[in-house]
Amino acid sequence: MEHGKYRIITLFLAAPLTLYGVFVLSPFAQAFYISLTSWTGFTAAQPFVGLANYRRLASDPGFWKALEHNALLLVAVPLVTIALGLFFASTLNVGASAGTVKGVRGAGPYQKLFFLPHILPAVITAVLWQFLYNPQLGPINSALDAVGLGSLKATWLGDPAVALWSLAAIMVWTGVGFYVVLFSAAMQSIPRDIYEAADLDGSSRFQTMWRITLPLLRETVQVAWIYLGIAALDAFALFEVLLPDGGPDNSTNVVAQYLYQAAFQNGQFGYASAIGVVLCLLTLLMAAATFGLSRRETIEF
Amino acid sequence: MTDTTTPPRSAGPDTGPRSDSPGDSPSGAGSGGRPRPGGRLSRRLGTGATQGFLGVWALLAAVPLLWALVSAFKTNNELFASPWKLPATWHFDNFVRAWTKADIGEYFLNTVVVVVGALALTMLLGSMAAYVLARFRFPGNRVVYYAFVAGMTFPVFLALVPLFFVVKNLNLLSSYPGLILVYTAYALPFTVFFLTGFFRTLPTSVAEAAVIDGCSQEGVFFRIMLPMAKPGLVSVAIFNFLGMWNQYLLPLVLNSDQHKYLLSQGLAALAVQQGYANDWSALFAGLVIAALPVVALYLALAKKVQTGLSVGLLK
Repeated sequence: MEHGKYRIITLFLAAPLTLYGVFVLSPFAQAFYISLTSWTGFTAAQPFVGLANYRRLASDPGFWKALEHNALLLVAVPLVTIALGLFFASTLNVGASAGTVKGVRGAGPYQKLFFLPHILPAVITAVLWQFLYNPQLGPINSALDAVGLGSLKATWLGDPAVALWSLAAIMVWTGVGFYVVLFSAAMQSIPRDIYEAADLDGSSRFQTMWRITLPLLRETVQVAWIYLGIAALDAFALFEVLLPDGGPDNSTNVVAQYLYQAAFQNGQFGYASAIGVVLCLLTLLMAAATFGLSRRETIEF
Repeated sequence: MTDTTTPPRSAGPDTGPRSDSPGDSPSGAGSGGRPRPGGRLSRRLGTGATQGFLGVWALLAAVPLLWALVSAFKTNNELFASPWKLPATWHFDNFVRAWTKADIGEYFLNTVVVVVGALALTMLLGSMAAYVLARFRFPGNRVVYYAFVAGMTFPVFLALVPLFFVVKNLNLLSSYPGLILVYTAYALPFTVFFLTGFFRTLPTSVAEAAVIDGCSQEGVFFRIMLPMAKPGLVSVAIFNFLGMWNQYLLPLVLNSDQHKYLLSQGLAALAVQQGYANDWSALFAGLVIAALPVVALYLALAKKVQTGLSVGLLK
């Protein structure tokens, strides 16, 4: 394999590395420097201001509010999505009926259907839910009226107390199916006899879930949490399309939107880059914390 | 099974049929300590309930999508007067209007050009880089590999501002090549990471024999290794295709020319504009058109799409 080795290494790496360096690595590196300037994009010079952007960020109520929304999403969306995902996956794969350790009938079609919302482009999901949530004419409120639950009607996207949770619900709606598939695959690899033994012991479904399935799926759940956490921190398309101005009373503005507004609406490129750096650090922190908090010895089976 | 952290309880196969050991907490013993006559019945009821939950979620997943599909065939009046009724006549002309008047056709073709171009380039460059990194030892191999891997850990938002100016300085704003190159560059980290792992698992004997027989290194790659890597290439191609088709942030920032709009931008803009033009049924038809490629891909290759998207979790 040595013949012509260096020629092919150069030939095969040159284009990918150039592209990657120009459009990915160099912007990432520049972002750190630009975050230390008060650059507005119109001048060639980028006036160095040290940590001023970060100081301003620390006392910017708009930023903190956006961060708070991300934090709420970061807790709620993974929690609900993973709980539902585990529940449905275990129903579909283990111990669905007494005395058996097989899943329910029709597990395949269920998985296939649950997954469908996940593949839709975020913009399509957003426009669709804009209609579903429409307070006067939308199908959700009119369905609530029709079944006599008119008191549950809400201005889903217009009420500052509700809007963020309406958006979180969409994130759960799109996510659950993906994690059902993911957890199902992991559950399939758990030996059947463990479940048979638990069933003989009279273990309730909840006990089986809590004491057997969950410990054996710890790593998968960890990865799922990080993935959903990143999605919660990076949430943008859904929010920007549904509520481009940050929602009623800024009740749904998220950090990514705040960054976008700072950069491309206000021309504060230095400030926006500082937001980007903070967002990046938060993402890495979240991933590290998830691994750190749930570190235990892996169970082999 | 080696359970290392929690004391073995009724879970292990070795604890026997009864689990009312002294260590059992009161609640644990009460809820399912031993088989009781009523246990089977309550479990059967429980099964009914879980079946019910499955059914409810199935409806929650399906109904909004079906509702959008049906709404695409309605008139504006029907859409708002009776959101849950079927249309009196099925208006296929909504799709025609969406494609021509609402410019969905234009956006669709723009998207096809960008996504197909970027996907082809990503797969070519990504597999080339991955192959070299997986197969050859050379100084700097690890540095290059980890440089690519590092790209997966940073959020795109960090790069957004400088990226805009990089593309601007190259005179590539609002252009197909600009979008194609940027899409490709941001798809490379994961593609290289995944395919490097994949190429490492492939046997080398065929490739070595071919080199001895005088086949060039490029020939080995294109004629022997790429066909062998097909399963990995398919997974990562599906993953990239869906990601690119659904992309919104990059075109929003880099592509402001309305005639170059991609579907995601076009639909978002239409959702605002139709409020004035009052042609909501065309907007729904547009949604259906835009969703069609990914939904068709999914319905045709559900399992492959599911694994294709799951590989993304390796990140």
